[in-house]
Amino acid sequence: MTDNGNGNGNGNGGNPKEIKFPFAGLFKGLGFTGKYLFKKPATVFYPDEKEIPVPRARGVIALDTEACTVCMLCARECPDWCIYIEGHKEEQEPEEPGGRIKVRAELDRFDIDYGLCMYCGICVDVCPFDALFWSPEYEYSEHAVVDLLHDKEKLTDWLETVTPPPPLESS
Amino acid sequence: MTVAELNLTTGYFWLDTVIKVAIALGFMMTLALPVIYAELKVMAHMQNRVGPYYAGGRFGWAQPIADGLKFLQKEDLVPRDADAAVYKAAPAVVVMATFAVFIVIPLGPQVVVRDMDIGIFYLLAISSIGVLGVLMAGWSSANKYSLIGGLRAAGQLIAYELPLILAALAVVIQAGTMSLVGIVEAQGEPLFTIGSVPISLPYLLTGQIVSFVIFVIAMVAELSRIPFDMPFAESELTMGYVTEYSGIRFAMFFLGEYASLIALSLVVATLFLGGYWIPVIPDDWLNLIGPMVVMGKASLVIFFVLWIRSTFPRLREDQLQTMAWHWLIPLALVNLLVISFVKVVV
Repeated sequence: MTDNGNGNGNGNGGNPKEIKFPFAGLFKGLGFTGKYLFKKPATVFYPDEKEIPVPRARGVIALDTEACTVCMLCARECPDWCIYIEGHKEEQEPEEPGGRIKVRAELDRFDIDYGLCMYCGICVDVCPFDALFWSPEYEYSEHAVVDLLHDKEKLTDWLETVTPPPPLESS
Repeated sequence: MTVAELNLTTGYFWLDTVIKVAIALGFMMTLALPVIYAELKVMAHMQNRVGPYYAGGRFGWAQPIADGLKFLQKEDLVPRDADAAVYKAAPAVVVMATFAVFIVIPLGPQVVVRDMDIGIFYLLAISSIGVLGVLMAGWSSANKYSLIGGLRAAGQLIAYELPLILAALAVVIQAGTMSLVGIVEAQGEPLFTIGSVPISLPYLLTGQIVSFVIFVIAMVAELSRIPFDMPFAESELTMGYVTEYSGIRFAMFFLGEYASLIALSLVVATLFLGGYWIPVIPDDWLNLIGPMVVMGKASLVIFFVLWIRSTFPRLREDQLQTMAWHWLIPLALVNLLVISFVKVVV
């Protein structure tokens, strides 16, 4: 019925040797939906029972402040500019007298606005020091949009939920 | 007092009529709710979902009631440019056309508001008044989606009215009467006997299979349900001719849609599946058992319509018109010719 003119609604195509009865495709479709009527639905009743996400699911981004060098690459590559970073330079005393003074970057602020984030993961990919990780946690909805701005401490807390990377493939 | 002596009339014509109309109205209104619920649940399970679940405590049984109450609370909006009088009258016209269909549908030998001699003629004529309401809604909304939806609906309803009428006409020719009670009684006539047991078959099994298929396809198209829902076409026309409606007026369109689904399913059950007639049960009992029998048969038809809805994709406008004018109408005419020939010869 879906084709125009010859009145043969056979939609199963596929094997050309197969004898096609007129409207066989329609009955095949009806059989398919009829079969599902008696199957258990795939629905997970969310608040009562929770779906366990796959280990590498893109739930939330976690931050390892120790690894971060305030290089700002993530903030610059972010397509919707949802990462806010502030930092300052700190001078470190030389280990031996007469040595060179080392300059170290200190992270003051690292916020991700999940109201803007589109979960592309470019920040995680681009980080040269492996300071950002994907965590499969997904339950952090809020009543107000402003509460979706996760600060440095909150992002560090997510670090506990990060799953270990999968083992390398052999050969 | 036996059931046969039970008189279901009061003896006063107008009192009888008022009581029957009130019962028919209440019947239609309350029957729409389980049908809506069935649609939500059946479609959900066919699509691997559960459908309404929390409303009412168990199985979401109260969902249609909750939806109805929600519609009642909503504001009744009229667009600024709309032709207000026509706009407000349109849902009433659609619903009244559907209500009027229930008058001639027999639920039992006497359980019928009015058994007219021209029952089917009246039924088909009055149900096409609904098209007028649809056109009124589409035209008066002052909205391009509504206008296109209304015109598409008019084109579709006119196209599928013809096969519907021709298929019903084939039944009328075989039964030799236009009265719906007469058609059911004609199906109850014993065709042959096995031993001493008289066997009678519904028209579906005695040569009306083609009419049945044409009637059901045309019925689904008349209802603008999903394989034929070009007038609504949610993804391209928002909601067709009901786009601008809200609140109680939208609920009236909604109710009218489900009521006409019930009405036409009852008509299918009456014309092709033997109506309130059932074997074994003596005729005296049909006034009591009949309503349950005919509604059981109609619910099978309704289930089939829901099944179709959750299975097939929408037809394109030209495919829809081609199917009616190039296939269904010629087929219905040939079918009519064959039925008439058999009727004259046999």
